[in-house]
Amino acid sequence: MPVAADYGEKIPNNVRLHEDRRLQRALEAWQPNFLSWWDAMGPALPTRDVYLRTAVNVGREGWAQFAHVPMRDYRWGIFLAERDQDRVVAFGEHKGEPAWDKVPGEYRADLQRLIVIQGDTEPASVEQQRNLGATAPSLYDLRNLFQVNVEEGRHLWAMVYLLQAYFGRDGRAEADQLLRRSSGSLESPRILGAFNEETPDWLSFYMFTYFTDRDGKYQLGTLKESAFDPLSRTCEFMLKEEAHHMMVGTTGIDRVVERTAQLMAEHDTDEVVGHGAIPLKVIQKYLNFHYSVSLDLFGGETSTNVANYYTAGLKGRWMEERRRDDHKLTDDSIMVDALTEEGEIGQAEVAALIGLNTDLRREYIEDCQSGVSRWNKILESAGLPQRLKLPHVAFNRKVGAFARIEASPDGEQLSAEQWQHRKGDWLPTDVDKTYIRSLMQPVYERGKIAAWIAPPRHGINGQPFDYEYVHLT
Amino acid sequence: MAPTAGGQGSGARLRSDGLEGQAGSGSRAGSGSRAASSAPAESGSAAEVGQTSSRVSFQTEPARYRHWRLAIEPPVATLAMDVAEDGGLDAGYELKLNSYDLGVDIELYDAVQRLRLEHPEVRTVVITSAKEKVFSAGANIRMLATSAHATKVNFCKFTNETRNGIEDATANSGQTYIAAVNGTASGGGYELALACQHIMLIDDRSAVVSLPELPLLGVLPGTGGLTRVTDKRQVRRDLADYFATRAEGIGGARAVAWRLVDEAVPRSEWDQSVAARAQEFAARSPRPPDGRGIQLTALDKSRSGDSIGYRHVSARLDHAAGEVSITVRGPRQDAPADVRALYHEGDAFWPLAVTRELDDLILDLRTNELELGTWVMRTEGDSQRVLAYDRLLLAGAGDWLVNEIILYLKRTLKRLDVTSRSLIALIEPGSCYAGSLLELALAADRSYMLAGQFEDSEPRAEAAAIVVGDMNLGPLPMGNGLTRLHARYLGDPDALDRVCKQVGDLLLAEDAERLGLITFAPDDIDWEDEVRIAVEERASFSADALTGMEANYRFSGPETMETKIFGRLAAWQNWIFARPNAAGPDGALRRYGTGQRARFDRKRV
Repeated sequence: MPVAADYGEKIPNNVRLHEDRRLQRALEAWQPNFLSWWDAMGPALPTRDVYLRTAVNVGREGWAQFAHVPMRDYRWGIFLAERDQDRVVAFGEHKGEPAWDKVPGEYRADLQRLIVIQGDTEPASVEQQRNLGATAPSLYDLRNLFQVNVEEGRHLWAMVYLLQAYFGRDGRAEADQLLRRSSGSLESPRILGAFNEETPDWLSFYMFTYFTDRDGKYQLGTLKESAFDPLSRTCEFMLKEEAHHMMVGTTGIDRVVERTAQLMAEHDTDEVVGHGAIPLKVIQKYLNFHYSVSLDLFGGETSTNVANYYTAGLKGRWMEERRRDDHKLTDDSIMVDALTEEGEIGQAEVAALIGLNTDLRREYIEDCQSGVSRWNKILESAGLPQRLKLPHVAFNRKVGAFARIEASPDGEQLSAEQWQHRKGDWLPTDVDKTYIRSLMQPVYERGKIAAWIAPPRHGINGQPFDYEYVHLT
Repeated sequence: MAPTAGGQGSGARLRSDGLEGQAGSGSRAGSGSRAASSAPAESGSAAEVGQTSSRVSFQTEPARYRHWRLAIEPPVATLAMDVAEDGGLDAGYELKLNSYDLGVDIELYDAVQRLRLEHPEVRTVVITSAKEKVFSAGANIRMLATSAHATKVNFCKFTNETRNGIEDATANSGQTYIAAVNGTASGGGYELALACQHIMLIDDRSAVVSLPELPLLGVLPGTGGLTRVTDKRQVRRDLADYFATRAEGIGGARAVAWRLVDEAVPRSEWDQSVAARAQEFAARSPRPPDGRGIQLTALDKSRSGDSIGYRHVSARLDHAAGEVSITVRGPRQDAPADVRALYHEGDAFWPLAVTRELDDLILDLRTNELELGTWVMRTEGDSQRVLAYDRLLLAGAGDWLVNEIILYLKRTLKRLDVTSRSLIALIEPGSCYAGSLLELALAADRSYMLAGQFEDSEPRAEAAAIVVGDMNLGPLPMGNGLTRLHARYLGDPDALDRVCKQVGDLLLAEDAERLGLITFAPDDIDWEDEVRIAVEERASFSADALTGMEANYRFSGPETMETKIFGRLAAWQNWIFARPNAAGPDGALRRYGTGQRARFDRKRV
């Protein structure tokens, strides 16, 4: 058996790993499996090393250390935010009681399920993105992709840590399953449908990191409120990294829009295809798709499971402690999206506890809107009248109240025929996708960038854009 | 359960001085069976405190009986029911017409036990009544009508166990029970007679047997009545249907013809016939004429709000967690050399002593600690010693006392089987789950066995091991007639064979898990959390659903009269007890004796 000190070295952590026999044993078995998963399912492009940010501690100094490291040797660490000894449960029927540092038997099954579902999405996105390296628009973007990938890997570690440390034999079995399922697999797919679609191109990648990772941010935000303190502290730290993933998405779309706007203004045309850029209409279609699919990830408008989680203290609301109400919600109500009795898009009043999914989705929508405003400012600065916009909440939904109807991005209800006829105006068509794919030619030369995207304003960690962020083999 | 219209069956004459009078007047001192609590009631809301402020004790002795007269004239013992009207466990009802409550049945149980273990010379037991014209009116209706659901269910379970014990004595101890029904036996009164091997009914043109629960009270004759009428006495089902809907009962020749009783005896020949019949049964008994009984002395028991202690068994009560930690200790000394030495030890003989303590503990917890829903069992001691005691018992099984001790252990384990609590066995180093004590782990709903050592234990401590013994292969069957091992491997005879081949071997956690003898084998690192989470999770589930699930899983395999009584009959009865047609304000049970008619919801469910 390797000495404990080894682990502190290999696995940066602030959970006293060297003292925890159970965890050491569990990780001994798990770490080799993780590495073979990474080899088999991680980034396909061979690289020597990558300029990566590694967290070696949670403090200001420790959380962002930059160096060129071979990805396989990345030090996937286990970090929980600092412990607040006096933390109390902020909501639900245990409100005001001390936070839990062990899993209460009563909530074992629910907590384990929540962690498994969250954990399953982390490796899934690595798998979805594994072939993107082959078509990176620049070394800078390639490095960002890999940074996101290793951090998703670290988030998997974080969830695995919880399963191994707190859920006994069952937890270990579940941790193992996280590596055995794989995105898009026929035999054992990832749990959530959206995580079984390959990310086919870089426009999709930016859209995914902007919209879909943002769903992750909101889920983590609710788990950060959990009465189960180790989960809360884990998620708090993950949120910090998640914010950076979203910056990759936000600035990625910024630069696509910027490039398109630049060419539109320069040539005074909407038609930028001839210049190797992505037409605004296609950007809007990709936005429509990723946004609507991500709305589905929040589940139905009403959910009794989520109500139970809330009452039990397992999963709170976004910014729970900033809400000004009784944090129990037993007597409150909320208006949720619904079809009226006439089958029209409308709203219905339900108990607040039942409508928590809607509450979270609304927070998310508001957040998404800020990105759209940001891109519109780029269009505005370029002197263009066109604007991007979020489609209506009923548009292209497969989950929830509007799953059974069709609606345009403006919220106009459509018949099935009308939808079939017009959906190509709003969602990427095969032609659009083929065009985007045709643009996806790798640019691995330092300081160079593909024609469909503008270079970033800043490099990583103060380095210039033409820094050699990735050494290919 | 056997609620019975007190005196209903004997017609209007008795009705007038029966039921209306059952409303108790004022407070009375309880019988000796209810001891004042030495600690405040810990569990439950303030509203319940009043009800739980005293605990029921199951310990008594003939000198303290208030409701029975025991007379022994070898080879016959006569157990005459003479219920003290003012001797109810609770104020609020009067035990008229030999109607009974739990206190009366606790004395009956004590008498049955003592007759078996203290009196080898008794070969026939005659159950009769010391009252004029009435044998027994069954369970007291007012008591039932005012009892909480759980109280009724517990009461019925205990009375059922006692009646099964009566049948067990007849079948396996050469101690045959005869019911000398010298007056009307209605409801539970008739059910008590049904538990006897032979039923004699006095033929005085007025005494009848009856099961009037359904027509009068809207419930079932639930102390085995329905089951025994058809399965034991083999009364034709259509006649049984008529009988159980006919409040006034059936007597005389018709009762004989329908097999409800074995004989109807004229008043003039009564005493003589009963005596003759008792002698006839006695003559067939294998009990030794010169046997020497042992004395069952009072248990050395301490009881507080959070602990129960005996010499070999102790329990810690955790009301906050809803959990009891039970520890059963193996023998402290080596087994006596032979059966003769066993007699010398008397009731201190470890297998008997530990069985008595376990029996009392089960009854105490079951009756007095309703909210302690999980029993976590451990054993402590030397497995080889346990096995040596087992060997002594099995080798001496021809001896009447040895036989009684094994049978008593069998009944006590059956009591555990029908207990509506989650049973979890923890098998740790230093435990002695071997042979007879392994049955505790086999009776459990789940078992956890430590693989290896606790890290902080002594370096030379031995890992936990269990041992299958011959005691596990036959002498201690469950109510379904199977051994616990057999029921465990139902449909997998190979697995059972593999286990049988390991008899006598020390089985470590890995072997035990492979053989399927235990549920999980966590190691030191996982142990605490696995066990804690299992117990906490259990405590969070619906108590009712757990009871139902456990009762279903524990009795796989064939049905017997016992499993039907505890399963089918009791489950239907408990459902009916909870329904408005019986227990609602307008239900038959509540309306009985008020002069108002019950109002039924006519919907069939």
